[in-house]
Amino acid sequence: MAASTRGTVLKKRRLSLAALRESTTAQGLALIAPTALYLLVFMIVPMILVGILSLMTRGPYGNVVYRLNFDNYTRLIDPLYLRILMYSIGVGAATTLITLVIGYPLAYYIARVPARQRNVLLFLILVPFWTNFIIRIYAWIMILRTEGLLNSFLLNLGLIKVPLDILYTPTAVLIGMVYEFLPFMILPLYTSLEKIENAQLEAAADLGARPLASFLRITFPLSLPGITAGSILTFIPAMGMFVVPDLMGGAKTILIGNLVRNQFLTARDWPFGAASSMLLMFLTLAMTLYYTRKVGFSEDLLV
Amino acid sequence: MSEFVIELVDVVKRFATPEGNEVTAVDHVSLQIRHGEFFSLLGPSGCGKTTSLRMIAGFEWPTSGEVLIDGKPMGRTPPFWRPVNTVFQSYALFQHMTVFQNVAFGLEMDKTPASEIKHRVGEALEMVKLSGMERRKPRQLSGGQQQRVALARALVKRPKVLLLDEPLGALDLKLRREMQIELKTLQEQVGITFIYVTHDQEEALTMSDRITVMNRGKALQTGSPVEIYERPNCRFVADFIGQANFFAGKMLAFDDQGARVAIPALQTELIGQPVGNLEPGQAVAVSIRPEKVRIAQEPAFGSNSVRGRVIHTTYIGSNTHVLLELAGGVRINAWEQNKISTLDPKAYFLPGQEIWANLFPENVLILPED
Repeated sequence: MAASTRGTVLKKRRLSLAALRESTTAQGLALIAPTALYLLVFMIVPMILVGILSLMTRGPYGNVVYRLNFDNYTRLIDPLYLRILMYSIGVGAATTLITLVIGYPLAYYIARVPARQRNVLLFLILVPFWTNFIIRIYAWIMILRTEGLLNSFLLNLGLIKVPLDILYTPTAVLIGMVYEFLPFMILPLYTSLEKIENAQLEAAADLGARPLASFLRITFPLSLPGITAGSILTFIPAMGMFVVPDLMGGAKTILIGNLVRNQFLTARDWPFGAASSMLLMFLTLAMTLYYTRKVGFSEDLLV
Repeated sequence: MSEFVIELVDVVKRFATPEGNEVTAVDHVSLQIRHGEFFSLLGPSGCGKTTSLRMIAGFEWPTSGEVLIDGKPMGRTPPFWRPVNTVFQSYALFQHMTVFQNVAFGLEMDKTPASEIKHRVGEALEMVKLSGMERRKPRQLSGGQQQRVALARALVKRPKVLLLDEPLGALDLKLRREMQIELKTLQEQVGITFIYVTHDQEEALTMSDRITVMNRGKALQTGSPVEIYERPNCRFVADFIGQANFFAGKMLAFDDQGARVAIPALQTELIGQPVGNLEPGQAVAVSIRPEKVRIAQEPAFGSNSVRGRVIHTTYIGSNTHVLLELAGGVRINAWEQNKISTLDPKAYFLPGQEIWANLFPENVLILPED
């Protein structure tokens, strides 16, 4: 009896394996199943939960009252929150722009040096990731604070008379953000710049293009996919960043990331926090879509 | 105006290798190329032909020596100031631009008025038979079409000289043949000097007015296709262009038909045409092309005749390739044209047949040994 059951099980398995071997659809499904499952459990379901939560109300003791309403969203229209929102967009955009301006020449340089040096330079770009992010932020605090490295250096040189007030200002937040996101800008830029064949630039020169014209007409357009990818990789996380403003911006600088965190952890208003994070998500999504439409999103972007 | 549109005067180019060594890519090369010529640089890969071309274009600068364009020394003039244009081996089309934009690029760089650009691009595309493709991107074109865009893009600037770096290398044989004829016709039409780099000897012979054969950075011989094929000046050229049988020999003496050489392997003496300055007693390479070996039942009057035997025959339609073994076990190739249409096997040579190989003195070349 047991043996025969086992026999049918084996037979069934053989059948399904045979089916898998023959059907490319089945193979495709089998291959994406683990990723799909992961995304379902850790992304889709939580997002639906946050979405539902944003339509509830906070109870008197920080609990969640299950009563469907849109109050949390109407609350967000308040000028106070709109200002935080605009400020977040501003900081995100400024971070993206500064990383682009600093990162582009660097990526260009790395893409043009001989292959052996290239690997060393790319390695150096990635070295900071070996240390925890928070520790690196504290290192920046050490550098920037009133009695910090930068100020004592400049004072000793006699370049300044009074210590510079950098830490706990928006400037400090920008420095921290740019520092954190620079590699995310450099790497995609490098990838697209490195792909430009030397023959293309030679052809441009051959046809009469001076170096500047050659850059504007050939190099820059061909690096657009890298600019798009780098900007997305910088802008989206920069919008939601709360650690850097918390540690380097003092209490003065509140970004939408801080707002979400505060609602969940300090104010214990989960529904309002959920609504804020939904807003952040839709905002970044809308801006990313607009940006990619405008600049162009080709398959090159994903390489 | 100088008689020559391009001159290379004793040009040397050395490169540093990543290992820290130095290689000489071009070794004291001098060339003189006339206006309106179809000139080929022919040689195996690594012979320095592409480097020579790149020095004319301005992508490389000579280590020593001088490149002159229209009589003017170029020194370190960058490519964008040189009146020459290049068709690259990889075409190097701008992938983010349309066909029209690609061809217009060079004219825009010259600040040509828009209306003239439109007119000239249209003309150039018509010349390479690509009218109607203006709005395509290079990726949407076949290899042959991309090649034509590259050609139009360079020609639209009406350069003094068009430099072509193995432009047909990526095309299949049939398309290659078509493009060879088309390129030659085009060159005659526009009257621009073409400098054509290739490793394909047939291509060079078909298209060129003159050819320079290069090897290991040196220019070995410059001449018309007939000169290069019929009177190669050294063993390498005879071997690289077409096919040739070689015997090692020793110069004996000059006589009224040319010169006499001793061929130890054949245990005989041959009379042939000396090429270059040869001294009696010098070691030489004696060469005869397979189609010039005459196989007969009898020794011919006035010929070097060597007894031999047929080893193997290959019928290839127009010709029959015959492998002969001569006295002393020396094997040579002989090509017999099949001038009579017949199925009779006796009309063709048979393995084992005893024959005479007649090597007429005018067909035997005596070359300095490399």
